[in-house]
Amino acid sequence: MIDGAVTVRALEKVYPRGRVKAVDGVDLDVARGELFGLLGPNGAGKTTTVGICTTRVLPTGGSVVVEGIDVTVDPAAVRECIGVVTQYNTLDRACTVWENVYFHCRFFTMGRRAAKGRAEELLEQFRLTERAGSMPDELSGGMAQRLQVARAIAHRPRVLFLDEPTAGLDPQSRIALWDIVGGLRREGITVVLTTHYMEEAQRLCDRVAIIDRGRILVCDTPTALVRDLDEGRVVELSLDRLDGRLLDRLRRVDGVAAAESDGRGGVRIRTTGADGRVLAALVEVAHPCGVRDVSIGEPSLETVFIALTGRDLRE
Amino acid sequence: MRLRTYSAAFGGLLLRDARVLVRESVPFVLRTVMNPLLFVFVFAYVFPTIGQGLRAPQGVSFATVIVPGLVAVAIVFQGISAVALPLVHEFGGTREIEDRVMAPLPVAAVAAEKVVFGAMQSVVAALLVFPLTYLVPAGDVAVRLDNWPLLLLVIVLASLTAGSLGLFVGTVVRPQQVQLIFSILVIPITFLGCVYYPWASLDAIPWLRVAVLVNPLVYMSEGLRAALTPDVPSMPAWAFLGAITIALAALSFLGIRSFTRRVQS
Repeated sequence: MIDGAVTVRALEKVYPRGRVKAVDGVDLDVARGELFGLLGPNGAGKTTTVGICTTRVLPTGGSVVVEGIDVTVDPAAVRECIGVVTQYNTLDRACTVWENVYFHCRFFTMGRRAAKGRAEELLEQFRLTERAGSMPDELSGGMAQRLQVARAIAHRPRVLFLDEPTAGLDPQSRIALWDIVGGLRREGITVVLTTHYMEEAQRLCDRVAIIDRGRILVCDTPTALVRDLDEGRVVELSLDRLDGRLLDRLRRVDGVAAAESDGRGGVRIRTTGADGRVLAALVEVAHPCGVRDVSIGEPSLETVFIALTGRDLRE
Repeated sequence: MRLRTYSAAFGGLLLRDARVLVRESVPFVLRTVMNPLLFVFVFAYVFPTIGQGLRAPQGVSFATVIVPGLVAVAIVFQGISAVALPLVHEFGGTREIEDRVMAPLPVAAVAAEKVVFGAMQSVVAALLVFPLTYLVPAGDVAVRLDNWPLLLLVIVLASLTAGSLGLFVGTVVRPQQVQLIFSILVIPITFLGCVYYPWASLDAIPWLRVAVLVNPLVYMSEGLRAALTPDVPSMPAWAFLGAITIALAALSFLGIRSFTRRVQS
């Protein structure tokens, strides 16, 4: 699928002083116009993979082709057709909001008049016109992030890479950014997004790949991933007290795929089907521990994510 | 086609730096002229006027000796303050360099732009400082501008070397170590850079005469001395031109390599 927007083959990265492979044989195909999510816990290899795709990290094996250009053969040409928003605020602190977009256009070979027009148009579109003369340090987190996206698309890239774009934003700014990203997709820009917010991935992405320990575990549409996990549901029981043997007894109930403590004195049970009898049996088994509340949830991308990557805390 | 993209991007980077410099032109002028102005005022105006003299060799005034030296210091100082200090900040503090290297040109060219713009500021600094060293002193200053080509060549080479030094220093120093740049680099190379005395006078201290040869500022001072104040003894032209060229090649190689390594892991 060389015709895709981003084609990753057998990608590997070992950092000079690192002992483990940060990226260990990743294959990905991102189609043109797609909104693709790369999900994974911290340290899973998301940022390194995006770093290689955006020419900032050199691979130690495999290849990445972006819009038909190999990133290691002609990185400058790749940079011409991509836009990048990194995890950090990399706005030019010595330039105003307007100048940040204007000079970005100039770096990408636009003339004075074209750059001026484009900067004004984008500030308007991203509701930053009133702050055109402000310095980046005077902006709120949400505004700074909008400006970073505005700047990244100023030269009309065909592929936009967003590395954890909503990390640290308040809910309103996050929703505003989701609207922006959805809008870019309607304009036909391919978007590759990394995140560890499941809701974000489920809501925005056409397809997601879940990556952990440098490897792709699954790659499909959010709906298919949730469906393929199994037909089950998630039942949460709030209990007066958690008996040590309760989990074992619950796991022996017909139709239960997994049962575990939710860490708040209750249990979370994943069933293999939507059979109402399972629920009755679960409540009965748990009854001696004092069932205070029962909630039944459809499995979400988060369920898939936790099932695949485990519950351990990562650095 | 490709070259046109590169040069347009390079021009864009220069334009951005120029805009920032224009906005900060008052601090730029102040940081450039304050030190040499006070130096010339105290040592070449106050001292001779109150009769507390500083002797200079071969019958020339001390004011004449320090003209090329102070211009050379102004050039090197810009390399540090216009290239190294912003880079330390952009690398370590704000990481905004990560965006700058996404411009559509080779990473080495982004580094080279820093050197070129730093060199331009060095040239401006030299032009600002020179009149001070000429006009402020109480006595005669024996400046003879009769070798323009040599003067231009030395200023351009010295300015590019200063920019390369700034690039190298800016890529290896961490934000917490910024103060060290002054105490272990700027001050020693200034005091031991044949700024306040010609290299030939170090005859009296043979070991120092050899030791200072590792300091690139020595060749800039001596080169400007040959071009501006020919009455004061200076090194032969092949020596200072050769040494500045070697320093420029080494520092730009090290600086660009270090820059590339920091932005591409």
